[in-house]
Amino acid sequence: MTDTPLLELRGVSKSFGSVQALTDVDFEVRAGEVMALVGDNGAGKSTLIKCVAGIHPMDDGEMLFEGEPVTVHGPRDAAKLGIEVVYQDLALCDNLDVVQNMYLGREANRFTVLQEPPMEARTRETLKTLRVTTIGSIRQAVATLSGGQRQSVAVARAVLWNSRLVILDEPTAALGVAQTEQVLALVRRLGEQGLGVVIISHNLHDVFETANRITVLRLGRNVGVYERDKTTQDEVVHAITAGVPTKVSGIPSTAPEVPA
Amino acid sequence: MSPDGAATQTTIEATAPEPETTEVDSLPHRIVDRLRSGDIGSWPVIIALAIIVLVFSQTAQNFFTPGNFTNIITQMAGTCLLAYGVVFVLLIGEIDLSIAFVSGVAGVVVAKAQLPNGAHLPWYVCILLALLAGTAIGAFQGSFVALIGVPSFVVTLAGFEIWQGVIQRTVPGVIVIQDNMINNASNYFFSNTAGWIIAGLVTAAYVFAMLGSAISNRRHGIPIHDPIVFVVKLVIVPFIAFLTVYIENKDRGVPFALLLMVGGLVVWTYVAKRTVFGRHIYAVGGNAEAARRAGINVARIRILVFMISGFMAGLGGIVLAARLNSVDLNAGGGTLLIDAIAAAVIGGTSLFGGRGEVRNALIGAAIISTVSNGMFILGYTTGTIFIVTGAILLLAVTFDTVVRRAQVRSGR
Repeated sequence: MTDTPLLELRGVSKSFGSVQALTDVDFEVRAGEVMALVGDNGAGKSTLIKCVAGIHPMDDGEMLFEGEPVTVHGPRDAAKLGIEVVYQDLALCDNLDVVQNMYLGREANRFTVLQEPPMEARTRETLKTLRVTTIGSIRQAVATLSGGQRQSVAVARAVLWNSRLVILDEPTAALGVAQTEQVLALVRRLGEQGLGVVIISHNLHDVFETANRITVLRLGRNVGVYERDKTTQDEVVHAITAGVPTKVSGIPSTAPEVPA
Repeated sequence: MSPDGAATQTTIEATAPEPETTEVDSLPHRIVDRLRSGDIGSWPVIIALAIIVLVFSQTAQNFFTPGNFTNIITQMAGTCLLAYGVVFVLLIGEIDLSIAFVSGVAGVVVAKAQLPNGAHLPWYVCILLALLAGTAIGAFQGSFVALIGVPSFVVTLAGFEIWQGVIQRTVPGVIVIQDNMINNASNYFFSNTAGWIIAGLVTAAYVFAMLGSAISNRRHGIPIHDPIVFVVKLVIVPFIAFLTVYIENKDRGVPFALLLMVGGLVVWTYVAKRTVFGRHIYAVGGNAEAARRAGINVARIRILVFMISGFMAGLGGIVLAARLNSVDLNAGGGTLLIDAIAAAVIGGTSLFGGRGEVRNALIGAAIISTVSNGMFILGYTTGTIFIVTGAILLLAVTFDTVVRRAQVRSGR
């Protein structure tokens, strides 16, 4: 693990009209680590991620990718840097098969004619590297897959494009116990393979199962960054519900609850 | 590696002892998977068609003859060409109710353009203008759907009225088409030799394409999924090609309309299944939001699909006009619209978008034309024929809905 974080955010602020969603937030992920981003509803987790993905422009603050300042104006820019976001509602086409979904919008082609064999071969290879072995045939429609398998496909799709940083928004929200284990194992493997991983979750069990470090946000501000091995669930819960912002930039930490 | 790497490693082994499953890709397994995903394939409809043919050949006199085979082919050509376009529109989950009168407009354009005492343009210019008119109408209507978000049902219902009005205002009763090259679109029959050559070319192209893709797959280490199915396909398609030509040669020879239908089938299947554009059509029909997030220009796909629909309506309109050697006030009227949409749906194209094949249009059109042809021979009135066609349509849509519900259940 290098000392330069893969992604670093410094002093990010973002407001929607009169609602201050993020205030002077710092955030970092290193390559090869799983960083959990936790906080109560309205803490600013999703807003922060959308700033990284280029969906919302930041009002203030800077973003560094491998130590270089970068600006992201849209999902395309983020993808070019190697940042992939797996959204909660997966965005898979049920009627298409696994290979077709993996390459959706970026199909291998020669003069617009699809090149199926390389796509199929590379899909097989990617799933194998991630040890996704529960999917019987990669030529079956996604409609036939279970929730966990679908989530695996969505994650594998994010990895397929030589991505450096994968952001997962509530990847286990809709899954059963066994399928959750499947997906969490997959998330850990992404980290082991040297990618930076950000996992957003409400479920502290999931967080402690996967993350190396945990960033806690509260009311759009930093509360702290905790090492998984040196903290407890109680401490993190306390930080989420009653944490005191670490940086106070002129505004008292007892600021009234911001409507989200 | 993180300091707790070793610990993480053991957790994985402990919590996720996923066994290395061998890839189950056997034929029965894949069939079950297909059924579960709501892809029932074309077999039920093909079997239905075979039963219909069998019943009529036993009951209706002169039904099972080369001459009547040619009749059915020329009767279904217009419907089939329109239905190819309908398949694409249904694939993106939209509907086009204007196609019948768009085909009428194309017929009027071709008829007016060839008038010896009028524009008197060469035949190919006439045909080109008619096709352009159809495509332009498709682009116009598609823009309302794709760019403004007006429901396609309403846009094309308006088109239904508008183009019918245009036909009524511009046709002075009847326009006779005197240009034989244009009339050949429906009335030309190839010589026996030409028929055999066509069968040979179709066979060669098919075998070449199949072997080509098999070789390309092998190069990437992907085996042929089912060798038996592969060989059966290689035998059965040439067999059908030569059998069709054999039957047609007993009558007047291979009709040009048949060549148009087969050509349309090949071209549009290729576009739908082998091109990036085709893949995006299926994606938009399956989950437009996912397609948009994947960077697909959804509006562009939608407009292009309506242009395909308009183009095929234009082509069908030319064939229909050529069949009568004229256009009149009824151009595009009657059951053409219903037959074309029914053909696509009966063939197995889903009304919910994302599922269907171009060949469904051909099979569906064959069913509709065969039923009406056979019942006509048996002396039934058009009223009865309508009722039966309607019942078949209802059955087909019910089947689609039930299958789709099964898919949703198995999907989660």
